Amino acid sequence: MAENIPPSGIRVFFDLVLGMKDVISLGIGEPDFVTPWNVREAAIFSLEEGYTSYTSNKGMIELRKDISGYLKDRQTIAYDPEDEILITVGVSEAFDLALRAIINRGDKILIPEPYYVSYGPLVTLAGGRPVFIRQSPENGFKLTPEDIVKHCDGRTKAIVLNYPNNPTGVSYTRKELSAIARVVLKKKLIMISDEIYGDLTYDFDHTAFPTLAGMKKRTIYLNGFSKSYAMTGWRIGYACGPKDVIAMMTKIHQYTMLCAPIMSQMAAREALKNGERSIRQMKREYKRRREYVVSGLNEAGLPCHKPEGAFYAFPSIKNSGLSSMEFAKKLLKEERVALVPGTAFGPSCEGYVRISYASSISNIKEALIRIKRFLCSQN
Amino acid sequence: MNEILEILENDARTTPEEIAKMTGSSAQAVKKAIKKFEKDGVILKYKTVINKELVKDEGSDVRALIEVKITPKKDVGFDYLAERIYQFPEVSACYLMSGTYDLLVVVEGKNIHTVSNFVSSKLAPMENVRGTVTHFILKKYKEDGDILRQAKRDKREAISL
Repeated sequence: MAENIPPSGIRVFFDLVLGMKDVISLGIGEPDFVTPWNVREAAIFSLEEGYTSYTSNKGMIELRKDISGYLKDRQTIAYDPEDEILITVGVSEAFDLALRAIINRGDKILIPEPYYVSYGPLVTLAGGRPVFIRQSPENGFKLTPEDIVKHCDGRTKAIVLNYPNNPTGVSYTRKELSAIARVVLKKKLIMISDEIYGDLTYDFDHTAFPTLAGMKKRTIYLNGFSKSYAMTGWRIGYACGPKDVIAMMTKIHQYTMLCAPIMSQMAAREALKNGERSIRQMKREYKRRREYVVSGLNEAGLPCHKPEGAFYAFPSIKNSGLSSMEFAKKLLKEERVALVPGTAFGPSCEGYVRISYASSISNIKEALIRIKRFLCSQN
Repeated sequence: MNEILEILENDARTTPEEIAKMTGSSAQAVKKAIKKFEKDGVILKYKTVINKELVKDEGSDVRALIEVKITPKKDVGFDYLAERIYQFPEVSACYLMSGTYDLLVVVEGKNIHTVSNFVSSKLAPMENVRGTVTHFILKKYKEDGDILRQAKRDKREAISL
Protein backbone atom coordinates (compact mmCIF):
# COMPACT_ATOMS: atom_id res chain seq x y z
CA MET A 1 0.00 0.00 0.00
CA ALA A 2 2.79 2.40 0.96
CA GLU A 3 4.22 1.98 -2.53
CA ASN A 4 1.17 3.71 -3.96
CA ILE A 5 2.02 6.93 -2.19
CA PRO A 6 4.12 9.31 -4.26
CA PRO A 7 7.15 10.76 -2.51
CA SER A 8 6.70 14.32 -1.33
CA GLY A 9 8.02 16.72 -3.97
CA ILE A 10 8.31 19.45 -1.41
CA ARG A 11 11.05 17.60 0.47
CA VAL A 12 13.73 18.74 -1.99
CA PHE A 13 12.83 22.36 -1.42
CA PHE A 14 12.79 21.80 2.36
CA ASP A 15 16.32 20.43 2.21
CA LEU A 16 17.37 23.54 0.30
CA VAL A 17 15.96 25.76 3.09
CA LEU A 18 17.47 23.68 5.87
CA GLY A 19 20.89 23.81 4.24
CA MET A 20 20.95 27.60 4.09
CA LYS A 21 22.02 30.01 6.81
CA ASP A 22 20.53 33.36 7.93
CA VAL A 23 17.17 32.69 6.38
CA ILE A 24 14.09 34.57 7.55
CA SER A 25 11.48 31.88 7.51
CA LEU A 26 7.81 32.52 6.89
CA GLY A 27 7.52 28.85 6.09
CA ILE A 28 6.93 27.43 9.53
CA GLY A 29 3.68 25.67 10.37
CA GLU A 30 3.88 26.04 14.12
CA PRO A 31 3.69 28.89 16.65
CA ASP A 32 6.81 30.96 17.32
CA PHE A 33 5.77 31.16 20.96
CA VAL A 34 7.08 28.53 23.32
CA THR A 35 4.54 26.67 25.44
CA PRO A 36 3.29 28.96 28.26
CA TRP A 37 5.44 28.57 31.36
CA ASN A 38 2.63 27.38 33.65
CA VAL A 39 2.09 24.45 31.28
CA ARG A 40 5.77 23.57 31.08
CA GLU A 41 6.04 23.89 34.84
CA ALA A 42 3.10 21.55 35.37
CA ALA A 43 4.81 18.91 33.21
CA ILE A 44 8.08 19.29 35.13
CA PHE A 45 6.16 18.90 38.39
CA SER A 46 4.38 15.82 37.10
CA LEU A 47 7.76 14.24 36.31
CA GLU A 48 9.01 15.09 39.80
CA GLU A 49 5.91 13.46 41.22
CA GLY A 50 6.67 10.32 39.26
CA TYR A 51 3.94 10.45 36.60
CA THR A 52 5.81 8.24 34.15
CA SER A 53 3.38 5.38 33.58
CA TYR A 54 0.87 4.42 30.90
CA THR A 55 -2.57 5.88 31.26
CA SER A 56 -5.92 4.43 30.30
CA ASN A 57 -5.98 3.80 26.52
CA LYS A 58 -8.53 6.56 26.08
CA GLY A 59 -6.39 8.96 28.09
CA MET A 60 -6.69 10.09 31.70
CA ILE A 61 -10.31 10.45 32.72
CA GLU A 62 -9.47 13.77 34.42
CA LEU A 63 -8.19 15.19 31.12
CA ARG A 64 -11.20 13.85 29.24
CA LYS A 65 -13.43 15.55 31.77
CA ASP A 66 -11.49 18.81 31.40
CA ILE A 67 -11.83 18.57 27.62
CA SER A 68 -15.53 17.86 27.96
CA GLY A 69 -15.82 20.98 30.15
CA TYR A 70 -13.87 23.09 27.68
CA LEU A 71 -16.03 21.91 24.78
CA LYS A 72 -19.19 22.70 26.70
CA ASP A 73 -18.02 26.19 27.74
CA ARG A 74 -16.17 27.31 24.64
CA GLN A 75 -17.67 25.35 21.78
CA THR A 76 -21.15 24.80 23.27
CA ILE A 77 -21.18 21.09 22.65
CA ALA A 78 -21.60 18.21 25.10
CA TYR A 79 -19.42 15.10 24.79
CA ASP A 80 -19.42 12.37 27.41
CA PRO A 81 -15.89 12.01 28.81
CA GLU A 82 -16.53 8.30 29.44
CA ASP A 83 -17.02 7.12 25.88
CA GLU A 84 -17.18 9.99 23.40
CA ILE A 85 -13.67 11.43 23.81
CA LEU A 86 -10.34 9.82 22.92
CA ILE A 87 -6.96 11.41 23.73
CA THR A 88 -4.51 10.93 20.86
CA VAL A 89 -0.93 11.64 19.90
CA GLY A 90 -1.78 14.89 18.14
CA VAL A 91 -4.57 15.47 15.63
CA SER A 92 -2.43 13.63 13.07
CA GLU A 93 -2.99 10.35 14.87
CA ALA A 94 -6.63 11.16 15.51
CA PHE A 95 -7.12 11.80 11.80
CA ASP A 96 -5.53 8.49 10.86
CA LEU A 97 -7.64 6.62 13.42
CA ALA A 98 -10.82 8.27 12.17
CA LEU A 99 -10.11 7.15 8.62
CA ARG A 100 -9.18 3.61 9.59
CA ALA A 101 -12.28 3.34 11.76
CA ILE A 102 -14.74 4.29 9.03
CA ILE A 103 -13.21 3.23 5.71
CA ASN A 104 -14.13 -0.01 4.00
CA ARG A 105 -11.84 -0.85 1.10
CA GLY A 106 -12.59 1.39 -1.86
CA ASP A 107 -14.65 3.95 0.01
CA LYS A 108 -14.26 7.45 -1.33
CA ILE A 109 -13.29 10.31 0.93
CA LEU A 110 -13.80 13.89 -0.22
CA ILE A 111 -10.85 16.19 0.43
CA PRO A 112 -11.14 19.87 -0.42
CA GLU A 113 -8.03 21.22 -2.13
CA PRO A 114 -5.87 23.10 -0.98
CA TYR A 115 -5.38 20.39 1.61
CA TYR A 116 -3.05 19.55 4.44
CA VAL A 117 -0.39 17.21 3.02
CA SER A 118 -1.18 14.11 5.02
CA TYR A 119 -4.89 13.82 4.20
CA GLY A 120 -4.61 12.11 0.80
CA PRO A 121 -1.85 9.62 1.71
CA LEU A 122 -3.61 8.63 4.94
CA VAL A 123 -6.83 7.91 3.06
CA THR A 124 -4.88 5.69 0.65
CA LEU A 125 -3.11 3.91 3.49
CA ALA A 126 -6.46 3.22 5.13
CA GLY A 127 -7.65 1.54 1.93
CA GLY A 128 -9.83 4.40 0.77
CA ARG A 129 -9.80 6.52 -2.34
CA PRO A 130 -9.21 10.25 -1.93
CA VAL A 131 -11.40 12.46 -4.13
CA PHE A 132 -10.09 15.99 -4.29
CA ILE A 133 -12.46 18.92 -4.60
CA ARG A 134 -10.66 21.84 -6.15
CA GLN A 135 -11.78 25.11 -4.68
CA SER A 136 -11.54 28.16 -6.81
CA PRO A 137 -9.49 31.17 -5.82
CA GLU A 138 -12.30 33.37 -7.20
CA ASN A 139 -14.46 32.03 -4.41
CA GLY A 140 -11.69 32.70 -1.89
CA PHE A 141 -10.80 28.99 -1.71
CA LYS A 142 -14.05 28.25 0.08
CA LEU A 143 -15.85 24.96 -0.14
CA THR A 144 -19.44 25.24 -1.36
CA PRO A 145 -22.32 22.78 -0.91
CA GLU A 146 -22.56 22.47 -4.71
CA ASP A 147 -18.90 21.34 -4.86
CA ILE A 148 -19.75 18.51 -2.48
CA VAL A 149 -22.82 17.37 -4.39
CA LYS A 150 -20.90 17.37 -7.67
CA HIS A 151 -18.22 15.04 -6.29
CA CYS A 152 -20.48 12.56 -4.49
CA ASP A 153 -21.40 9.12 -5.74
CA GLY A 154 -22.56 5.84 -4.20
CA ARG A 155 -19.13 5.07 -2.75
CA THR A 156 -18.60 8.41 -1.03
CA LYS A 157 -18.27 7.78 2.66
CA ALA A 158 -16.99 10.94 4.26
CA ILE A 159 -15.72 14.46 3.79
CA VAL A 160 -12.81 16.16 5.47
CA LEU A 161 -12.98 19.81 6.43
CA ASN A 162 -10.16 21.77 8.01
CA TYR A 163 -11.13 25.24 9.22
CA PRO A 164 -9.55 27.65 9.87
CA ASN A 165 -7.54 26.17 7.08
CA ASN A 166 -3.91 25.31 6.61
CA PRO A 167 -2.68 26.66 4.13
CA THR A 168 -5.26 29.34 3.26
CA GLY A 169 -6.37 30.61 6.68
CA VAL A 170 -9.95 30.45 5.36
CA SER A 171 -12.72 29.79 7.84
CA TYR A 172 -16.50 29.63 7.67
CA THR A 173 -19.33 31.43 9.40
CA ARG A 174 -22.08 29.44 11.07
CA LYS A 175 -24.35 30.17 8.13
CA GLU A 176 -21.87 28.85 5.59
CA LEU A 177 -21.29 25.73 7.69
CA SER A 178 -25.03 25.12 8.02
CA ALA A 179 -25.32 24.99 4.23
CA ILE A 180 -22.51 22.44 4.13
CA ALA A 181 -24.15 20.47 6.95
CA ARG A 182 -27.39 20.18 4.99
CA VAL A 183 -25.56 18.49 2.11
CA VAL A 184 -23.67 16.22 4.51
CA LEU A 185 -27.03 15.14 5.90
CA LYS A 186 -28.64 14.72 2.52
CA LYS A 187 -25.78 12.66 1.13
CA LYS A 188 -25.48 10.71 4.41
CA LEU A 189 -21.78 11.54 4.72
CA ILE A 190 -19.54 11.44 7.75
CA MET A 191 -17.80 14.72 8.50
CA ILE A 192 -14.21 14.56 9.71
CA SER A 193 -13.81 18.05 11.07
CA ASP A 194 -10.22 19.11 11.75
CA GLU A 195 -10.63 22.17 13.97
CA ILE A 196 -7.09 22.38 15.36
CA TYR A 197 -6.97 26.11 14.52
CA GLY A 198 -10.47 26.81 15.84
CA ASP A 199 -9.33 28.98 18.75
CA LEU A 200 -7.39 31.13 16.30
CA THR A 201 -10.40 32.67 14.55
CA TYR A 202 -10.25 36.45 14.36
CA ASP A 203 -13.34 38.00 12.85
CA PHE A 204 -16.22 35.93 14.17
CA ASP A 205 -16.88 33.16 16.69
CA HIS A 206 -15.67 29.76 15.61
CA THR A 207 -18.51 27.29 15.07
CA ALA A 208 -17.72 23.68 15.92
CA PHE A 209 -19.21 21.45 13.24
CA PRO A 210 -21.00 19.04 15.64
CA THR A 211 -23.04 21.98 17.01
CA LEU A 212 -24.92 22.24 13.72
CA ALA A 213 -28.37 20.68 13.39
CA GLY A 214 -28.15 16.89 13.06
CA MET A 215 -24.36 16.91 12.84
CA LYS A 216 -23.26 15.56 16.20
CA LYS A 217 -23.92 11.97 15.23
CA ARG A 218 -22.34 12.41 11.79
CA THR A 219 -19.18 14.24 12.88
CA ILE A 220 -15.77 13.12 14.08
CA TYR A 221 -14.50 16.27 15.74
CA LEU A 222 -10.71 16.66 15.94
CA ASN A 223 -8.91 19.18 18.07
CA GLY A 224 -5.75 19.48 20.11
CA PHE A 225 -3.30 21.70 21.90
CA SER A 226 -0.59 22.22 19.29
CA LYS A 227 -1.61 25.49 17.71
CA SER A 228 -3.59 27.59 20.15
CA TYR A 229 -1.56 26.59 23.21
CA ALA A 230 1.76 26.47 21.31
CA MET A 231 2.28 22.80 22.21
CA THR A 232 3.26 21.19 18.89
CA GLY A 233 6.14 19.12 20.27
CA TRP A 234 4.01 17.59 23.02
CA ARG A 235 2.02 15.61 20.46
CA ILE A 236 -1.32 15.75 22.16
CA GLY A 237 -4.76 16.01 20.62
CA TYR A 238 -8.17 14.41 20.84
CA ALA A 239 -11.10 13.09 18.89
CA CYS A 240 -14.76 13.31 19.84
CA GLY A 241 -17.61 11.54 18.18
CA PRO A 242 -20.39 8.98 18.43
CA LYS A 243 -19.71 6.19 20.92
CA ASP A 244 -19.34 3.43 18.33
CA VAL A 245 -16.83 5.39 16.22
CA ILE A 246 -14.77 6.37 19.27
CA ALA A 247 -14.81 2.73 20.41
CA MET A 248 -13.50 1.65 17.02
CA MET A 249 -10.81 4.33 17.03
CA THR A 250 -9.82 3.38 20.58
CA LYS A 251 -9.36 -0.22 19.46
CA ILE A 252 -6.81 0.81 16.80
CA HIS A 253 -5.21 3.35 19.12
CA GLN A 254 -4.68 0.79 21.86
CA TYR A 255 -2.83 -1.57 19.50
CA THR A 256 -0.63 1.14 18.00
CA MET A 257 -0.01 4.02 20.40
CA LEU A 258 -1.40 2.40 23.53
CA CYS A 259 -1.88 5.86 25.01
CA ALA A 260 -0.69 9.43 24.64
CA PRO A 261 2.36 10.31 26.78
CA ILE A 262 1.33 10.93 30.37
CA MET A 263 3.48 14.06 30.78
CA SER A 264 1.78 15.61 27.76
CA GLN A 265 -1.60 14.73 29.23
CA MET A 266 -0.63 16.40 32.50
CA ALA A 267 0.53 19.48 30.59
CA ALA A 268 -2.72 19.55 28.63
CA ARG A 269 -4.72 19.55 31.85
CA GLU A 270 -2.87 22.64 33.04
CA ALA A 271 -3.33 24.28 29.62
CA LEU A 272 -7.10 23.85 29.86
CA LYS A 273 -7.24 24.93 33.49
CA ASN A 274 -5.07 28.05 33.35
CA GLY A 275 -4.25 28.69 29.72
CA GLU A 276 -6.97 31.14 28.83
CA ARG A 277 -4.83 34.23 29.35
CA SER A 278 -1.92 32.96 27.25
CA ILE A 279 -4.28 31.95 24.45
CA ARG A 280 -5.84 35.39 24.37
CA GLN A 281 -2.45 37.10 24.34
CA MET A 282 -1.10 34.98 21.50
CA LYS A 283 -4.30 35.41 19.53
CA ARG A 284 -4.12 39.19 19.80
CA GLU A 285 -0.54 39.12 18.59
CA TYR A 286 -1.41 36.86 15.62
CA LYS A 287 -4.28 39.12 14.68
CA ARG A 288 -2.02 42.15 14.60
CA ARG A 289 0.49 40.32 12.43
CA ARG A 290 -2.28 39.18 10.11
CA GLU A 291 -3.36 42.74 9.44
CA TYR A 292 0.26 43.74 8.88
CA VAL A 293 1.10 40.84 6.58
CA VAL A 294 -2.03 41.10 4.45
CA SER A 295 -1.69 44.84 3.86
CA GLY A 296 2.07 44.42 3.29
CA LEU A 297 1.57 41.69 0.69
CA ASN A 298 -1.13 43.57 -1.14
CA GLU A 299 1.07 46.67 -1.20
CA ALA A 300 4.00 44.65 -2.51
CA GLY A 301 1.88 43.41 -5.42
CA LEU A 302 0.95 39.96 -4.15
CA PRO A 303 -2.86 39.99 -3.98
CA CYS A 304 -4.08 38.31 -0.83
CA HIS A 305 -7.45 37.65 0.78
CA LYS A 306 -7.69 38.45 4.44
CA PRO A 307 -7.63 35.01 6.11
CA GLU A 308 -10.20 34.54 8.89
CA GLY A 309 -8.04 32.34 11.08
CA ALA A 310 -4.93 30.21 11.72
CA PHE A 311 -1.59 31.96 11.07
CA TYR A 312 -1.28 31.71 7.31
CA ALA A 313 -1.78 33.99 4.35
CA PHE A 314 -2.09 32.53 0.86
CA PRO A 315 -1.25 35.24 -1.68
CA SER A 316 -1.21 34.88 -5.44
CA ILE A 317 2.25 35.25 -6.99
CA LYS A 318 0.98 35.20 -10.58
CA ASN A 319 2.14 38.80 -11.10
CA SER A 320 5.73 37.61 -10.83
CA GLY A 321 5.37 35.39 -13.88
CA LEU A 322 7.04 32.57 -11.96
CA SER A 323 5.72 29.20 -10.89
CA SER A 324 5.22 28.68 -7.14
CA MET A 325 8.31 26.53 -6.87
CA GLU A 326 10.47 28.89 -8.94
CA PHE A 327 9.24 31.81 -6.88
CA ALA A 328 10.06 30.06 -3.60
CA LYS A 329 13.49 28.92 -4.77
CA LYS A 330 14.49 32.28 -6.25
CA LEU A 331 13.25 34.22 -3.24
CA LEU A 332 15.24 31.92 -1.00
CA LYS A 333 18.43 32.24 -3.04
CA GLU A 334 18.24 35.96 -3.77
CA GLU A 335 16.70 37.34 -0.59
CA ARG A 336 16.97 34.51 1.94
CA VAL A 337 13.27 34.44 2.71
CA ALA A 338 11.64 31.03 3.01
CA LEU A 339 7.99 30.30 2.32
CA VAL A 340 6.11 27.25 1.08
CA PRO A 341 5.10 26.90 -2.59
CA GLY A 342 1.34 26.48 -2.92
CA THR A 343 1.77 23.27 -4.91
CA ALA A 344 2.68 21.50 -1.65
CA PHE A 345 -1.05 21.70 -0.92
CA GLY A 346 -2.28 20.37 -4.23
CA PRO A 347 -1.58 20.88 -7.95
CA SER A 348 -4.40 23.42 -8.26
CA CYS A 349 -2.51 25.76 -5.93
CA GLU A 350 0.01 26.64 -8.63
CA GLY A 351 0.44 30.41 -8.59
CA TYR A 352 0.10 30.69 -4.83
CA VAL A 353 2.44 30.52 -1.85
CA ARG A 354 1.80 29.98 1.84
CA ILE A 355 3.16 32.62 4.18
CA SER A 356 3.16 31.83 7.86
CA TYR A 357 2.99 34.77 10.25
CA ALA A 358 4.01 32.64 13.20
CA SER A 359 7.11 34.81 13.32
CA SER A 360 8.02 38.00 15.18
CA ILE A 361 6.75 41.28 13.79
CA SER A 362 10.35 42.43 13.21
CA ASN A 363 11.01 39.31 11.10
CA ILE A 364 7.80 39.91 9.19
CA LYS A 365 8.73 43.54 8.53
CA GLU A 366 12.15 42.60 7.19
CA ALA A 367 10.75 39.73 5.11
CA LEU A 368 8.19 42.04 3.49
CA ILE A 369 10.92 44.53 2.58
CA ARG A 370 12.88 41.72 0.96
CA ILE A 371 9.86 40.34 -0.90
CA LYS A 372 9.13 43.80 -2.28
CA ARG A 373 12.75 44.20 -3.40
CA PHE A 374 12.65 40.74 -4.96
CA LEU A 375 9.51 41.54 -6.94
CA CYS A 376 11.01 44.81 -8.21
CA SER A 377 14.12 43.00 -9.40
CA GLN A 378 11.98 40.54 -11.36
CA ASN A 379 10.30 43.19 -13.50
CA MET B 1 -5.24 48.10 27.52
CA ASN B 2 -5.68 50.15 24.40
CA GLU B 3 -4.09 48.37 21.45
CA ILE B 4 -1.92 51.32 20.40
CA LEU B 5 -0.52 51.56 23.93
CA GLU B 6 0.11 47.84 24.04
CA ILE B 7 2.08 47.97 20.78
CA LEU B 8 4.10 51.02 21.85
CA GLU B 9 4.83 49.62 25.28
CA ASN B 10 6.38 46.63 23.60
CA ASP B 11 8.25 48.61 20.95
CA ALA B 12 8.23 52.40 21.16
CA ARG B 13 9.85 52.65 17.75
CA THR B 14 6.82 51.23 15.94
CA THR B 15 5.74 53.98 13.56
CA PRO B 16 2.14 55.25 13.34
CA GLU B 17 2.01 53.80 9.82
CA GLU B 18 2.99 50.37 11.11
CA ILE B 19 0.54 50.56 14.00
CA ALA B 20 -2.16 51.51 11.53
CA LYS B 21 -1.37 48.41 9.46
CA MET B 22 -1.47 46.17 12.54
CA THR B 23 -4.75 47.50 13.83
CA GLY B 24 -6.48 48.02 10.52
CA SER B 25 -6.93 51.77 10.99
CA SER B 26 -5.40 54.84 9.33
CA ALA B 27 -2.03 56.38 10.15
CA GLN B 28 -3.84 59.67 10.64
CA ALA B 29 -6.12 58.21 13.32
CA VAL B 30 -3.20 56.54 15.09
CA LYS B 31 -1.19 59.78 15.11
CA LYS B 32 -4.15 61.61 16.57
CA ALA B 33 -4.64 59.02 19.29
CA ILE B 34 -0.95 59.11 20.23
CA LYS B 35 -1.03 62.91 20.39
CA LYS B 36 -3.94 62.70 22.79
CA PHE B 37 -2.21 60.08 24.95
CA GLU B 38 0.84 62.35 25.15
CA LYS B 39 -1.23 65.40 25.99
CA ASP B 40 -3.18 63.59 28.71
CA GLY B 41 -0.01 62.23 30.24
CA VAL B 42 -0.98 58.62 29.51
CA ILE B 43 2.20 58.33 27.47
CA LEU B 44 4.87 59.95 29.66
CA LYS B 45 7.90 59.37 27.49
CA TYR B 46 9.67 56.90 25.19
CA LYS B 47 12.59 55.03 26.68
CA THR B 48 15.06 52.33 25.77
CA VAL B 49 15.34 49.28 28.02
CA ILE B 50 19.04 48.77 28.69
CA ASN B 51 20.53 45.71 30.31
CA LYS B 52 22.98 47.55 32.54
CA GLU B 53 24.58 44.32 33.62
CA LEU B 54 26.15 44.23 30.16
CA VAL B 55 27.29 47.87 30.11
CA LYS B 56 30.84 47.51 31.34
CA ASP B 57 32.34 50.99 30.94
CA GLU B 58 31.41 52.85 34.10
CA GLY B 59 30.88 50.06 36.60
CA SER B 60 27.39 48.77 37.06
CA ASP B 61 25.02 50.71 39.26
CA VAL B 62 24.05 49.56 42.70
CA ARG B 63 20.42 49.42 43.53
CA ALA B 64 18.70 49.06 46.88
CA LEU B 65 15.14 48.64 48.07
CA ILE B 66 14.55 50.62 51.24
CA GLU B 67 11.63 50.03 53.55
CA VAL B 68 10.71 53.31 55.19
CA LYS B 69 8.40 53.65 58.20
CA ILE B 70 6.96 57.11 58.60
CA THR B 71 4.53 59.02 60.79
CA PRO B 72 1.90 60.47 58.50
CA LYS B 73 1.51 64.22 58.65
CA LYS B 74 -1.82 65.74 59.60
CA ASP B 75 -4.06 66.60 56.61
CA VAL B 76 -1.59 65.50 53.91
CA GLY B 77 -0.99 61.94 55.13
CA PHE B 78 1.85 60.07 53.47
CA ASP B 79 1.94 62.12 50.30
CA TYR B 80 3.85 65.04 51.81
CA LEU B 81 6.79 62.93 52.91
CA ALA B 82 6.69 60.75 49.80
CA GLU B 83 7.06 63.87 47.68
CA ARG B 84 10.03 65.06 49.71
CA ILE B 85 11.65 61.70 49.19
CA TYR B 86 10.94 61.03 45.52
CA GLN B 87 12.32 64.42 44.44
CA PHE B 88 15.85 63.17 45.12
CA PRO B 89 17.43 62.09 41.82
CA GLU B 90 18.87 59.03 43.59
CA VAL B 91 15.33 57.69 43.99
CA SER B 92 14.24 55.71 40.95
CA ALA B 93 10.90 54.52 42.34
CA CYS B 94 8.71 55.21 45.34
CA TYR B 95 5.57 53.35 46.39
CA LEU B 96 3.13 53.56 49.31
CA MET B 97 2.72 50.04 50.66
CA SER B 98 0.31 48.04 52.74
CA GLY B 99 1.83 45.88 55.48
CA THR B 100 4.58 46.39 58.02
CA TYR B 101 6.17 49.51 56.52
CA ASP B 102 4.86 52.52 54.64
CA LEU B 103 7.05 53.54 51.72
CA LEU B 104 9.14 51.35 49.48
CA VAL B 105 11.90 53.51 48.04
CA VAL B 106 14.16 52.26 45.27
CA VAL B 107 17.52 54.01 45.31
CA GLU B 108 20.30 53.84 42.75
CA GLY B 109 23.92 54.83 43.23
CA LYS B 110 27.39 54.34 41.84
CA ASN B 111 28.36 51.99 44.66
CA ILE B 112 27.30 50.70 48.03
CA HIS B 113 28.76 53.78 49.76
CA THR B 114 26.82 56.33 47.80
CA VAL B 115 23.62 54.46 48.52
CA SER B 116 24.26 54.03 52.24
CA ASN B 117 25.41 57.62 52.40
CA PHE B 118 22.12 58.74 50.88
CA VAL B 119 20.17 56.69 53.39
CA SER B 120 22.09 57.84 56.43
CA SER B 121 22.47 61.50 55.54
CA LYS B 122 19.27 62.24 53.62
CA LEU B 123 16.55 59.68 54.19
CA ALA B 124 16.87 58.45 57.76
CA PRO B 125 17.26 61.87 59.43
CA MET B 126 14.11 63.29 57.84
CA GLU B 127 11.49 64.46 60.22
CA ASN B 128 8.71 61.85 60.63
CA VAL B 129 10.85 59.01 59.25
CA ARG B 130 10.74 56.45 62.05
CA GLY B 131 13.10 53.92 60.61
CA THR B 132 14.60 52.36 57.47
CA VAL B 133 15.66 48.89 56.39
CA THR B 134 17.96 48.70 53.36
CA HIS B 135 18.11 45.69 51.01
CA PHE B 136 20.79 45.72 48.33
CA ILE B 137 19.97 43.95 45.09
CA LEU B 138 22.58 41.32 44.32
CA LYS B 139 21.48 40.18 40.87
CA LYS B 140 18.73 41.14 38.48
CA TYR B 141 16.90 38.37 36.62
CA LYS B 142 13.86 40.12 35.27
CA GLU B 143 12.82 43.75 35.26
CA ASP B 144 9.51 45.28 34.17
CA GLY B 145 8.56 42.08 32.40
CA ASP B 146 11.85 41.76 30.53
CA ILE B 147 14.13 38.82 31.24
CA LEU B 148 17.69 40.14 31.42
CA ARG B 149 19.41 37.54 29.34
CA GLN B 150 20.17 37.00 25.69
CA ALA B 151 17.15 35.77 23.79
CA LYS B 152 17.11 32.06 23.20
CA ARG B 153 17.54 30.72 19.71
CA ASP B 154 14.41 29.71 17.78
CA LYS B 155 14.33 25.95 18.17
CA ARG B 156 11.90 25.25 15.33
CA GLU B 157 12.90 23.70 12.03
CA ALA B 158 13.29 26.46 9.44
CA ILE B 159 10.37 25.11 7.43
CA SER B 160 7.43 22.81 8.11
CA LEU B 161 3.93 22.18 6.85
